[in-house]
Amino acid sequence: MNFTDAIKLVESEFTTGKTFPTFKAGDTINVYYKIREGAKERIQQYQGVCIQRRNTDIAETFTVRKISNGVGVERIFPLYSLNIDKIEVVSRGKVRRARLFYLRALTGKAAKIKEKRG
Amino acid sequence: MSGLIGRKIGMTSIFNQDGKQIACTVVEVGPNVVTQVKTVETDGYSAIQLAYGDAKEKNTPAALKGIFKKANTTPKRKLVEFKGFETPLNLGDVLMADLFEAGEFVDVVGTSKGKGFQGVVKRHGFGGVGMATHGQHDRQRAPGSIGASSDPSKVFKGMRMAGRMGGNRVKKTNLQILKVLKDQNLLVIKGSIPGAKGSFILLEK
Repeated sequence: MNFTDAIKLVESEFTTGKTFPTFKAGDTINVYYKIREGAKERIQQYQGVCIQRRNTDIAETFTVRKISNGVGVERIFPLYSLNIDKIEVVSRGKVRRARLFYLRALTGKAAKIKEKRG
Repeated sequence: MSGLIGRKIGMTSIFNQDGKQIACTVVEVGPNVVTQVKTVETDGYSAIQLAYGDAKEKNTPAALKGIFKKANTTPKRKLVEFKGFETPLNLGDVLMADLFEAGEFVDVVGTSKGKGFQGVVKRHGFGGVGMATHGQHDRQRAPGSIGASSDPSKVFKGMRMAGRMGGNRVKKTNLQILKVLKDQNLLVIKGSIPGAKGSFILLEK
């Protein structure tokens, strides 16, 4: 067995096998994130625009940006985190880049992403 | 202290029960063959010699070939002596990764990556001069003074200076084993271990 296969095998031992809808930068998504408070567990929703996906396999993460009370908030989630309950795609965006960092400089209507039709 | 010889495969990360992402190293250990059993009567001390990693027949010296023939095994690349195996072992026994259990703490010995000739900032963690202005020129990473002048009129032994860095035997202690994959002889160890991918390592417990 070569090195890459061995590492893939170890990673597969630790992933839950959960599947997520395909989404990419520009899509508006809703992340259902588990939060543990003492013994209690509740689910928090976080909705925003996915502005990048990076890394591969078990290390993959995605960044979700939203405007909360007039302040831009970005949150990075590990895709295979056990705390992610589910991911919903709210709308597909029409963008020409894989990384939408230009959104950080824009506010209001200029920061709106056109929805993909069809 | 018993142990096994292995090989570093590489690093990855896993999610633990608390949902935390943990960096870990994948290591191949075993099959290790017992090639010599040393006893107090014959050798003056007791130890177990283990061998790991396939070698070519033509690259094996005749003296070693004799050892492998006695143990009834193929030529191996790495031979290491270990002391203190709890269970008695015989010549030709094969040890696998299941010597270790998940949750156990082990020490890992490896040869650190060679860094070449390095200055004191990288090699010994000196702070450097700390300033780019105020008359400094070309000496931001210089070591500074290496001692007093006419008394003692010499540089003391062991003075930390620039030189070859890395490529040393390094032992990292108390690393937790997160998982044992028996069929593939793989171990998942929490954190990093010394050495490059593919380099031989020793696991001691």
